[in-house]
Amino acid sequence: MEFFERFAIPHPSPMIYASMVAIALVSIGILVGITYFKKWGYLWHEWFTSVDHKKIGIMYLISALIMLFRGGADAILMRAQLSSPEMKLLDAQHYNEIFTTHGVVMIFFVVMPFIFAFMNLIVPLQIGGRDVAFPRLNALSFWLFFAGAMLFNISFVIGGSPDAGWTSYFPLAGNDFSTSVGTNYYMLALQISGIGSLMTGINMITTILKMRAPGMTLMKLPMFTWSALITNVIIVFAFPVLTIALLMGTTDRLFGTNFFTTGNGGMDMLWANFFWVWGHPEVYILILPAFGLYSEIISTFSGRNLYGYKSMVGSMVLISLLSFLVWTHHFFTMGQGAFTNSIFSITTMAIAVPTGVKIFNWLFTMWKGKIRFTVPMLYSVGFIPLFTIGGVTGVMLAMSAADYQYHNTMFLVAHFHNTIIPGVLFALLAGLTYYWPKFFGFMLNEKIGKSTFWLVAVGFVLTFFPMYITGLDGQARRMYTYSEETGFGPLNMLSFVGSALFAIGFVTLVYNLYYSFKNSPRNIGSDPWDARSVEWATHTPIPEYNFARLPQVASSEAFWDMKKKGHKLFTGELKEIHMPNNSGVPFVLGIIFFIAGFSFVFALWVPAVVAVIGIFVCMALRSFEQDHGRHINVKEIKEIEAQYEEVPGNEDRSHTTTRV
Amino acid sequence: MKIKFPFLGSMLALVTFLVGCEPLMVLNPKGPMAARQASDIMLSIGIMTIVVIVVLVILTFILFKFRASKQPNDYEPPHVEANIWVEVICIGIPILIVAYLSFVSVQSNYIVESAPTGYENEKPLVIYASSSDWKWHFSYPEQGIETVNYLYIPTDRPLEFKLYSHGPITSFWIPQLGGQKYAMADMVTTLHLAADVPGEYMGRNANFSGKGFAENIFNVTAMSQKEFDEWVEEVHERAEPLTEDEFNKLLEPGHLGQMTFTGTHLEFSPAPEHNHGLDIDDLESNHIDHTSHDSQTDSTNIETDHSGH
Repeated sequence: MEFFERFAIPHPSPMIYASMVAIALVSIGILVGITYFKKWGYLWHEWFTSVDHKKIGIMYLISALIMLFRGGADAILMRAQLSSPEMKLLDAQHYNEIFTTHGVVMIFFVVMPFIFAFMNLIVPLQIGGRDVAFPRLNALSFWLFFAGAMLFNISFVIGGSPDAGWTSYFPLAGNDFSTSVGTNYYMLALQISGIGSLMTGINMITTILKMRAPGMTLMKLPMFTWSALITNVIIVFAFPVLTIALLMGTTDRLFGTNFFTTGNGGMDMLWANFFWVWGHPEVYILILPAFGLYSEIISTFSGRNLYGYKSMVGSMVLISLLSFLVWTHHFFTMGQGAFTNSIFSITTMAIAVPTGVKIFNWLFTMWKGKIRFTVPMLYSVGFIPLFTIGGVTGVMLAMSAADYQYHNTMFLVAHFHNTIIPGVLFALLAGLTYYWPKFFGFMLNEKIGKSTFWLVAVGFVLTFFPMYITGLDGQARRMYTYSEETGFGPLNMLSFVGSALFAIGFVTLVYNLYYSFKNSPRNIGSDPWDARSVEWATHTPIPEYNFARLPQVASSEAFWDMKKKGHKLFTGELKEIHMPNNSGVPFVLGIIFFIAGFSFVFALWVPAVVAVIGIFVCMALRSFEQDHGRHINVKEIKEIEAQYEEVPGNEDRSHTTTRV
Repeated sequence: MKIKFPFLGSMLALVTFLVGCEPLMVLNPKGPMAARQASDIMLSIGIMTIVVIVVLVILTFILFKFRASKQPNDYEPPHVEANIWVEVICIGIPILIVAYLSFVSVQSNYIVESAPTGYENEKPLVIYASSSDWKWHFSYPEQGIETVNYLYIPTDRPLEFKLYSHGPITSFWIPQLGGQKYAMADMVTTLHLAADVPGEYMGRNANFSGKGFAENIFNVTAMSQKEFDEWVEEVHERAEPLTEDEFNKLLEPGHLGQMTFTGTHLEFSPAPEHNHGLDIDDLESNHIDHTSHDSQTDSTNIETDHSGH
């Protein structure tokens, strides 16, 4: 019996039991559904074994959207618990688990896959390539992310969720103070998905450096690809730090090492330093691709070239360097003294300069433009003032002496949501709406999209702006309750109302996907937004090989050049196209990693060792495998191309949105 | 254009709250440290409001002037190359703002990390504040007393808090007297505070430390030196001595009310002042200050000094 007790939830509640039942029913439902409709073969051949960057991108996208609802449910529960003093909705333990999983899920399993989705979908198209440099590695990255996400999610129903905060500071996260397996889940799930992220980093850098279309020099890259390049450089430098920190944390918890303990020469603040040496660059890993998306969208809907291309690139490079020099600002209050705090205070504020340059460049991109207020543009236009507020409160927090008052309060919570939501989430929703027609062949409904924007924007303002005030009034973050006398009640209620609007906004988003799928016209051409860069020069739906002929590029807006200046984008004869073969190994490796992770969480050594051996067996098999890919011959290409009636770049295409 | 209304509305609401009826705790300082921090905060809010307004005005103007519906159908936006002077202005002005704020920030850092302004020459009252799950223990080595979950302090005298933790990292915070600082299990950090005005203040652990974190609060009462001395005498008359057994019981996870003892736990369970080389300057200045005190304080503080080097 004792063996099984460890799998029980240490702090059960009706809500958790209900979720267990729900998870079980949904899983059974999905399995039965797939079997009933005989879709296993389709899923296996078209998706699970696919190495196509577009399909992997879509799988990232679906996972991110599903996890967004998990993270969002956590968020709404938190706001509900704090909506009035002495609420009894959640107890302390449950609240702690929820804010921990909210943070982890949102950062690692929503925003990260969301940006990987866009990198996968767009980067190969923007550079005029046919896939990423290492397609099979790309599939492995996705399946490792997915294994990590699933491992983290089952903590909710098997063994207990982590409860030491998404930062998981030691010694609180050590065995002495976190006795459940929750923190083991944290360490292992993040480790597995982190390895995936690192692989994506390497893959994308190689892709962008080695696989660009003829004529596309680095300074002719579309801005999103630039942002992806810099982001992935940050990933490659930052993620190894997390990998090692998680490894040390895991051995502390499972094998009794003393890296982060407070006795035996361990040092708890070492974790905090490692965590933020990764964690601060991580912030820019999230925001830079968002900046890239905004650059594409603002330029398209202003009908103008991006203003200050060089300074945009330069500021991103500068941000990426500075991002590694500011981590101490996450704990100015550690007591490292005035000198250290001064250095990090200055480096932190310095980031405001390149960021400010970008804001002004976006503004000047709209200057003399012809601004169309489409849904993606609404998000971008909303982003500028809201993100500016998030940015300037960041400068306020960077004043280290004053930070002694902001630190650990709702002011800080307001600040980072104020950067992440308008900065990243708005960009992702804008990008989703903007690129949706390219990948799914129909537009999302503008009217519903606009109501989503307003609900999300107003919901955001109402949820987070009151927190600036309660923070300055002394409300610490992560408190599961507060007393009536504190006077935090009314503003927290306002936050709750805001978060409810936010939630309704997401319901309208889902409804929009459904509604548009049912009702949107399918004859939208390949360039419905009158866009500028080369990803819009492909057919819709995009053929497997992306471009029948590789584009000849002479500027960062090659597609625009083609439309307006008569630039010849596609020239020359059709040639045989070399494509990678599908492989089931990444999927299998994902499952093995999941089993290994689960076994380590519960210290089940036999399956753990077997699974680790399995990982090495898969790697060895790959080394001996002869796989030279396959070729699509000219005849097949011609047949496929003939199916598209439209010639890419035809100017008479229906501009469904120009009337907006 | 539509974006502006909810946004402006909420900014207005924010400003009304900030200048409104009841001052927010952090902006209602009762000591020199909190006052300095509050003035930094107000200064940065002021400058940052200007920045936000400038961006908003430019954005509103552009959106209004260049929206498609205002323009002829055949208008083709021009290709515009970056202008070097525009770039210089966009880089230059933020640099000036940031440089000014950096200057203020560095100045404030040295102010909050040394003896409170106006009290430089006075002998500080040293209080050891240590946290355990989920309580605060306040030891007054000089007075030879210890309290749990409440803090009595004299006004108009520099206070030197020596912070550490018997468990997870916590953060000692009395918003109206000054900002917070971490208390950790393997080192002692120093927080300088002072109270100008007698009164009751809220103090708490601001850093998440587990299940009982929300209730990890203590009361602070600031009073004149005379009243403080009377309280100390009263404690010596009435309170029980703190034994090691009793103290170990107090450390067990849970919540306690307010408690008072004579003697401090530092005698049998000293603070982890082996230290990681931090706060050396502060320790040195203490050394000079304390040479003339009664023997008990001296011994604890001299110990502190040597371990700090």
